[in-house]
Amino acid sequence: MSVDQATVRRIAHLARVAVEDKEVEHLQGEINAILSFVEALSAVDVEGVEPMTSVLPMHLRMRQDEVTDGFIAADVVANAPEREDSFFVVPKVVE
Amino acid sequence: MTELTRLSLAAARDGLNAKKFTATELTRAHVDAVEKARALNAYLKETPEKALAAAAESDARLAKGEARPLEGLPLGIKDLYCTNGVETTAASRILEGFKPHYESTVTSQLWRDGAVMLGKLNLDEFAMGSSNETSAYGPVVSPWRRKGSDAKIVPGGSSGGSAAAVAAHLCLAATATDTGGSIRQPAAFTGTVGIKPTYGRCSRWGIVAFASSLDQAGPIARDVRDTAIMLRSMAGFDPKDSTSVDRPVPDYEAAVGASVKGKKIGIPKEYRLDGMSQEIDALWMKGVEWLKAAGAEIVDISLPHTHHALPAYYIVAPAEASSNLARYDGVRYGLRKPGKDIVAMYENTRAAGFGAEVRRRIMIGAYVLSAGYYDAYYVRAQKIRTLIRRDFEAAFHAGVDAILTPATPSTAFGIGEKGSADPVEMYLNDVFTVTVNMAGLPGLVVPGGLASDGLPLGLQLIGRPFEEETLFSLGSAIEQAAPKIELPQDWWA
Repeated sequence: MSVDQATVRRIAHLARVAVEDKEVEHLQGEINAILSFVEALSAVDVEGVEPMTSVLPMHLRMRQDEVTDGFIAADVVANAPEREDSFFVVPKVVE
Repeated sequence: MTELTRLSLAAARDGLNAKKFTATELTRAHVDAVEKARALNAYLKETPEKALAAAAESDARLAKGEARPLEGLPLGIKDLYCTNGVETTAASRILEGFKPHYESTVTSQLWRDGAVMLGKLNLDEFAMGSSNETSAYGPVVSPWRRKGSDAKIVPGGSSGGSAAAVAAHLCLAATATDTGGSIRQPAAFTGTVGIKPTYGRCSRWGIVAFASSLDQAGPIARDVRDTAIMLRSMAGFDPKDSTSVDRPVPDYEAAVGASVKGKKIGIPKEYRLDGMSQEIDALWMKGVEWLKAAGAEIVDISLPHTHHALPAYYIVAPAEASSNLARYDGVRYGLRKPGKDIVAMYENTRAAGFGAEVRRRIMIGAYVLSAGYYDAYYVRAQKIRTLIRRDFEAAFHAGVDAILTPATPSTAFGIGEKGSADPVEMYLNDVFTVTVNMAGLPGLVVPGGLASDGLPLGLQLIGRPFEEETLFSLGSAIEQAAPKIELPQDWWA
């Protein structure tokens, strides 16, 4: 499988990365090089094999349903590029 | 370079306890060495005031006879570990200026045990790379040089700063992380020792995430004993990491030098690659002889799905990376580039903040997870991962205690020599190490000697889950038998 330039633009948008027109051809080449490297996997017989969901047998622990953290709003927003009081500020999303 | 920076971590610990020198003297010697070694670009941030303040506290404790396990020992920290109040960048522009208000679990355990932080170490951006050349803050220069040449050599990656700092005596030991070989390949390239522990052995909490089902923290140090001492403090259960394993941490140091008589060592035929250098093969066979001489039994084994591991890794790791790196949105931390609306703001921020390798991987990840391709790529790769793990389980079931392989397909290469035309060329560096991450197993790399180009080569030992002690025993047997490697002199100072 290989990708065309429209697909490169589509996955850049899916990944939320702006791509300039002059970069598309180069990216297409790189992505296709990686896709052709992984192509050999399509020949492997995986009939009846379960996909791995946990690398070692372990079960997800449960804990008591109780508040263990909080009241650290100032810490949470401390690194925000734009903030007001204890809120993150973003461009307007609702008219 | 002073006498104090030449000490091993264990010798420095013993010297402090015997009051031969103070933690302040030991830290000062390292702070000076770090300052003189800026040409290597190993440290992204130096924290000398913090280090000397911690050393003063250690001296007070040592005077009272209240020394903790790592009291007063100066360490370097890979800049993927969040450190409270100290800038943490993951070597990316997108996290420039980010000062966490919390401490990673692993580093908090090192400080709990009395260690001293010298600063934050360079790495490949978000730990994606095998040469430390993808760092947004410039490559790390290895302290090693090829025989008769002063060309700049890579220290490997992604923990290139960690390996270079340890090899150049700019810390007694360093933290590192390993997603596909990022502890073991740089250790092999710099003549140092590194262990990627079993998945779940060290908490991932507070370490910038790359591929969560593969990432593990571990140490790089100058010998097997120092690596064991470091791992004991780094490992342990953490309720904040849902994949952290709740089992006691053994005294790994006690396993160093223990007999390996009767241990069964598997030699996997699939690790003998077509066109593999004669030197790598010869070193591997020397490793076999050394372990045999130490009383181990050698058996040939087969791990038939080995050659699928690297392609499957380059589906699984980018897929997880694309999810993990979705958090860099210009809202909560780091860089923000404005745009005409919020989506344009995200896209501009991420285009400006991520380097070429990171962008490539998150795009591949988004593609293999996208509708219509998810089953063909991602699910298939996870099935192949099951097959890879089964290969190892079969070998261990047949009684194999550990597996011996080469660590890397070559010695270190020059800065700028690889991967500029084809990213896959760089990926091939991890051919012997990724299988271990795919199966969640522990892997230790120890130096085996020098190649004809004058650069070090390493051997890898792969163990059963949570049997790091066996690896430390076998690793120290190789260390005893292998020719001693002289670490490079300080041409950079």
